[in-house]
Amino acid sequence: MAEVIYDHVTKRFDSVVAVNDLTLEVKDGEFLVLVGPSGCGKTTALRCLAGLEEVTSGDILIGDRVVTHIPPKDRDIAMVFQNYALYPHMTVYDNMAFGLKLRKVPKQEIDRRVKEAAEILGIQDLLNRKPRQLSGGQRQRVALGRAIVREPQVFLMDEPLSNLDAKLRVQTRGELIKLQRRLGVTTIYVTHDQVEAMTMGHRIAVMNQGVLQQLDTPENLYDRPANLFVATFIGSPAMNIFPAKVVSGDGSYRLVAGEVTLEVPPSHRSRLADYVDREVLLGIRPEDLEVVVGSEAQRGDTVRLPVELIEPLGAETLVHLRGPAGTLIAQGEPRIHLNPGDVVTVRVRTEHLHTFDPQTEMAIF
Amino acid sequence: MVGSNRLSSRILFLYVPLALFTVFLLFPFYWMLIISLKPNSLLLNTKVNPLYLTEFTLRHYRYLFENTEFPRWAWNTAVVTFGATLLSLTCSILMGYALGRFRFRGGNLMGTAVFLAYLIPPTLLFIPLSQVVVRFGIYNQYWALILTYPTFLIPFASWLLMGYFRTIPRELEECAMIDGASRIQAMWRIVMPLALPGVLSAAIFSFTLSWNEFLYALVFMGSGQMKTIPVGTVNDLIRADVFQWGPLMAAAVLGSVPVAIVYMFFVDHYVSGMTAGAVKG
Repeated sequence: MAEVIYDHVTKRFDSVVAVNDLTLEVKDGEFLVLVGPSGCGKTTALRCLAGLEEVTSGDILIGDRVVTHIPPKDRDIAMVFQNYALYPHMTVYDNMAFGLKLRKVPKQEIDRRVKEAAEILGIQDLLNRKPRQLSGGQRQRVALGRAIVREPQVFLMDEPLSNLDAKLRVQTRGELIKLQRRLGVTTIYVTHDQVEAMTMGHRIAVMNQGVLQQLDTPENLYDRPANLFVATFIGSPAMNIFPAKVVSGDGSYRLVAGEVTLEVPPSHRSRLADYVDREVLLGIRPEDLEVVVGSEAQRGDTVRLPVELIEPLGAETLVHLRGPAGTLIAQGEPRIHLNPGDVVTVRVRTEHLHTFDPQTEMAIF
Repeated sequence: MVGSNRLSSRILFLYVPLALFTVFLLFPFYWMLIISLKPNSLLLNTKVNPLYLTEFTLRHYRYLFENTEFPRWAWNTAVVTFGATLLSLTCSILMGYALGRFRFRGGNLMGTAVFLAYLIPPTLLFIPLSQVVVRFGIYNQYWALILTYPTFLIPFASWLLMGYFRTIPRELEECAMIDGASRIQAMWRIVMPLALPGVLSAAIFSFTLSWNEFLYALVFMGSGQMKTIPVGTVNDLIRADVFQWGPLMAAAVLGSVPVAIVYMFFVDHYVSGMTAGAVKG
């Protein structure tokens, strides 16, 4: 077990910068998720740590050892690949024992570790099978087992669940979390699935175009996104974003977008001082737009908007509203009765508003 | 009705053409075999049907072993074939692997250049090569062929292997290297077992070509005791315009046996499918 440090790591492929000046510290025993859209550099960052890619500049440390130029076999890590990469010509047992044999671990010790890992993963009965005789879920377990028996300092996982079907994925996700908490091994987990990121990680590093956008706990990432990218990437359905003008008067601030006027809560006012009479990007999460059935008096936090479309999802209903600039999605109660064309009152939880600088796209609050 | 229709169309479009094709391909071998077994009296006799045997003799085979250097030719051919195949295979595996796996400056260019080298006809190449052979001082030695055959074996074999290596998921090696293997170990313990069908194809290819090769063998190693089967047969069994058909065909039959054995043994045993289950299936 060890901490992992990326120290100003840059990786270039010819003219493409895959990872751009990444500085990141993963704590001992932490489960860190690297998340971002495809091509954001998360897998490259992981492969640099594994030693499968040579970094262009910067250093990588595992524990207190600089491993930047050390070959993969000497880094004391184990990796689970997206397609599992089981050795097809070896049995499950040999697959798991392969790394230990190479390290000249005594036979009895190998046997003990393989059996122990097999028991943890519930694959004792599969040890004599070949990978082609296993189901997707079983293969995934074997790949995991192969990593566990090594007892490495760091686990690297590259989208290990993305080849499983939806149900199995949710189940395995839970098991993986429990396993990591139990073994306490520092784990770096790459995914493009933000639900996996939110549920699994102690902390999440959001990347885009090779640049680390934000590194924080799931709660903070959700409630205090550092910039527009993080705000729209985390959360489903995505945060509603539209331009609004900052207007001040009588010591209060209002955000005005077309017909919609929203009062800025007092706690956030000071941050908007520089933006008076300028446009900012206003962000509201769908669950912070409450569709109020029945007529209610207009207040500083309510707006009247026409309904465009209803999407009943069962546990919730997504209400598409015609907003000041395009569609706004509100998360309504289940079994809500609305028809397209109805004009409804929407209450905005103004304490959860987000604003972003339109030029830098950085969060104002 | 539908079934019978399908059966007759299968016979018409599948079995009949296949049968014709098989007869067409096998007839020369049949011809070779019966001539090697016919007594001289029947060989040029136009009054008997030449298509089947009416009398049977092994004296052409005996002639081959008693009056010619055939065993020696066979030994020469075997030495050269194994040497050239082993050398070509070793080089081709390394080259195919490098071209298939590594991204390096000029890699693609090199791949194309190798393929172009394969397109140069040996009938052109043997002129400069004979200079090389003489200057190396290996004329009329086994090395003359063991070192020159790879000029046409390596280009094709490494292309074949390059394609094969590319079908093996890169992650398998990467995983092995993280597990504690060096690149050579990963190649030997993970890639090679999976590339076996490809390697065997390359081996069969090299073996067949070396075994049957004529031109280089004639030019570089064609005198005295050093002849190979193709050269010896043509040199010693055709005297000016006299064709000794019986021994000629007997030599041809015996010369084809090893190739036939190699094909029978390997082609049946190694038809791909070994990579199944490596990655998500």
